[in-house]
Amino acid sequence: MIAKAIDMINAEQIKKVTEVKAAPEFQVGDSVKVFVRIKEGDKERVQAFVGTVIARDGGLGNNATFTVRRIAFGVGVEKVFPLYSPYIDKVEVERSAKVRRAKLYYLRNLTGKKARLREG
Amino acid sequence: MEGLIGRKIGMTQIYDDQGRRISVTVLEAGPCPVVQVKTPDTDGYVAAQLGFDEYKAAEYTKNEKACAQAQAEREKAEKKGKPARSYDIAAYTKRLSKAQVLHFEKAGVKPCKVTREFALDADEAVKAGDTVTVDIFKDVKFVDVSGITKGRGFAGVIRRYRIGGGAHTHGGHSKHRIGSIGARDLPGWVEKGKRMPGHMGAVNRKARNLAVVQVRNEDNLLLVRGSVPGPKGGVVIIRKALKK
Repeated sequence: MIAKAIDMINAEQIKKVTEVKAAPEFQVGDSVKVFVRIKEGDKERVQAFVGTVIARDGGLGNNATFTVRRIAFGVGVEKVFPLYSPYIDKVEVERSAKVRRAKLYYLRNLTGKKARLREG
Repeated sequence: MEGLIGRKIGMTQIYDDQGRRISVTVLEAGPCPVVQVKTPDTDGYVAAQLGFDEYKAAEYTKNEKACAQAQAEREKAEKKGKPARSYDIAAYTKRLSKAQVLHFEKAGVKPCKVTREFALDADEAVKAGDTVTVDIFKDVKFVDVSGITKGRGFAGVIRRYRIGGGAHTHGGHSKHRIGSIGARDLPGWVEKGKRMPGHMGAVNRKARNLAVVQVRNEDNLLLVRGSVPGPKGGVVIIRKALKK
């Protein structure tokens, strides 16, 4: 009963979100454009966050997240998005790269030309 | 009914109607049978004693002695013209005394591991043998949940009281220690209630005013926002919020 109830609620949550739209598909190393719906008062608009996926956490479970990193005005910016968030409209993959790690945290220490990924 | 008894199942996250991700604790809430009703005539106050978590019925059919005892008892009751028991007492007398089992049997309820008293709402009529379900929280916005916190054993002051500890640099020599416990001659003693290392956890604590996120009647589940004292599988008492 104990573990099952949590699994049931998690599965229900995923189903509720994926019924509206399929879960986004991408891999670590991909350059993605994340379209996020933002509420400002009554108005709602879509904002895109462009960057590289440097980590995915939580598999495909209800609590899954992914981290997108970009350099904005010379400063590294990372955003963690819940995979099944209703606020994420869609995720477009712009470029894929060949990576040999599941987590690309080493990119944090690199800048400029060194921070490039091999396309694949 | 003021509340009921439940069990902490664990935590997860769900999206609310505005799409915000909130962390919730999943509680198995009831169903709780009413074991006894306290009345002003007999007890001087009004309350309902609820049970939770039934004892497993023992398989005693292979034990000849126990079978004979149970049979003898049944015959004795029959001879006295007493009404038949609503279930077999002997299945529980290995774990509980007969008096304890009969306390439950009187209400037609299987013996429960946990019993607790709850106040009744005004003009609420319950009788022993009724079942209280999570449905009572249907229109409730906030609940108080109490349980026994996880035991932490003998803990130091940093963990127990969140004191800062000593300096790690500048030649600090008491990084994880309590430091001074008072002055010398004035007052000449250690203040009462001085926070010192000692046993931590395994005490009853209450998390107040947790928002009710979901009430799932069919699964007997209650989802409340935030965390709840105790380990997964720990027994918790869920009451309607006192101060909201």
